[in-house]
Amino acid sequence: MLAKRIIPCLDVRDGMVVKGKNFEGIREVESPVALAQRYNLSGADELVFYDITASAEGRALFADTLKAVASCIFIPLTVGGGINSLDDFDRVLKCGADKVSVNTGAIRDKTLIGRAAKLYGDQCVVLSMDVKRVDGKFTVFSHGGRVNTGISAEEWAYRGQEEGAGELVLNSIDTDGVKGGFDCEMLQKVCARLTIPVIASGGAGKKEDFLTLFQSVPQADAGLAASIFHFGEVGIGELKKYLSENGVHVRL
Amino acid sequence: MIAVIDYGVGNLFSLSASLKYIGAQSEITADVNKIKNSSAIILPGVGAFADACKKLQNSGLIPVLREQAEEGKPMLGICLGMQLLFERSFEYGEHEGLGFIGGDVCPIAPDLKQKLKVPHMGWNSLIFKRPSPIYKYLSDGEYVYFVHSYYAKNCESSVTATCTYGGIELTASAERGNVFGTQFHPEKSGSTGLKILRAFSEIR
Repeated sequence: MLAKRIIPCLDVRDGMVVKGKNFEGIREVESPVALAQRYNLSGADELVFYDITASAEGRALFADTLKAVASCIFIPLTVGGGINSLDDFDRVLKCGADKVSVNTGAIRDKTLIGRAAKLYGDQCVVLSMDVKRVDGKFTVFSHGGRVNTGISAEEWAYRGQEEGAGELVLNSIDTDGVKGGFDCEMLQKVCARLTIPVIASGGAGKKEDFLTLFQSVPQADAGLAASIFHFGEVGIGELKKYLSENGVHVRL
Repeated sequence: MIAVIDYGVGNLFSLSASLKYIGAQSEITADVNKIKNSSAIILPGVGAFADACKKLQNSGLIPVLREQAEEGKPMLGICLGMQLLFERSFEYGEHEGLGFIGGDVCPIAPDLKQKLKVPHMGWNSLIFKRPSPIYKYLSDGEYVYFVHSYYAKNCESSVTATCTYGGIELTASAERGNVFGTQFHPEKSGSTGLKILRAFSEIR
C-alpha cells in the first residue's frame, strides 16, 4: 500500500537553511547537509529545497550544497526557487535534483511546464502554488507570495496538471508560518478535480495537524513543513509513529 | 566496474552517487568494449517507452546488451530500464522491447479496482514472491520508491516482488537468469535501496 509522505522543506540562502514567518522575518538555521542527513535518518520520505538567493554567488553555493546532499542522501530531492527556463531545470538536475518545482516561472512563461514535461518527463515537473483568499476566492500569488496574479487557484492547478505537471505543491499563504494547522478548506477545494499527487504545505504546528490533514483531505498525498522540523518541535520519526497509530499508512 | 548504460535517457547523478556510496566502481558509458569488460550492467531510464527504445536503438548498444545478457552477465534495469527488458509495451501504441524477460508492459489505470491516482508515485512496501539475490539483505515489507504509470504483466513466472495499489498487485521486480529489473528506483529508496544495489553488485 502506498504510504502518505512526510516532507521537510529547506529554504536555502547562500548555502544555509533559513525559515521565515509569513514569508518575512527570515533567520538562519544551519547547514543543509547536516539537516538533510538528520531528516533522512529520522525517516523523511523526501526533501524539498527552495533556493531563495537572488545572486549568482548564492546560486553557485546552492549548487554545491545540492551536490553535497545528493551525494550522501538517497531519497527523492525536489528543488525549487528561481526556476524560469529549461536551462534552470538542467542546472539543478545536473546537481542531483530528481524533481524541479516551478512557481512564478510557470506563471511568467505559460509554456514552461509543458516544455519541461516533454523533455524530462512528467515525474520531474512539480507545480508549486502560493494560494491566498482574496474576496472569498482562492487566488494564486507569485514572487514569493508578494504579487496577486488574479488567477483562480482551482483553474491554475488544473491547467498545470493538463500541461504535464506530475505533482502539485499547494501552499497556503493564509496559514503559512501561523502553525494553526493546514488549510484543509483550500486543499479540498483546489484538489477536487486533480488526479496528480498533491503535497499540502503551510500551517503545520503540531503532529495532530498532519492527522487532521490526511483525515479531512484524502487527496493529499504528502504533508510538507519546515520550521516545526527545523526547530525540533516535532520529530519526523515521532510524527510518523503517531500517524501510524492513528490509522494513517506511513513508511516506518 | 559496473557499466551504467548511457543512451541519453534520464538523470544519472543519484545512481552514480549511490553506487559510489556503497563502494562499487561504476562508469556511465556507451563504449562497447567497456560494457564487455564490465562486471555488471545497469540499464537506467525515465520517460516514455517508445522514445527510450528509439534512443537505445540509435545508440547501437542493443547487440552488445543482448550478447552480455546471453553470456549471463548480471544486468539490472531500473524503472523504464526494467520495462525495456520485456517483450513489448502498450504505452501509446505497441512497441517491441528487448525481450530478455517474457511479458508485456501495460497501463496501470484501466486495471485498478479502486480509482486511485496514476502515476503510482511514492513509497510502497515490497511483497516477496520468490527469493532473489538482489533482496538478500532485505526483510519483508521494506519500502521502496516508485514513479510509474505502466507496469509489467503476463510475466508471473519471473516476478520476484510486487506491491499493492488500488486493489491490484503491481510487478515491483522481475528476473530471468542474471537479468534483473526493478520498477522502483533503488537509488532513491534510502537505505533499503542501497542494500539492493549492494546485493546486485555482489552477484557474479
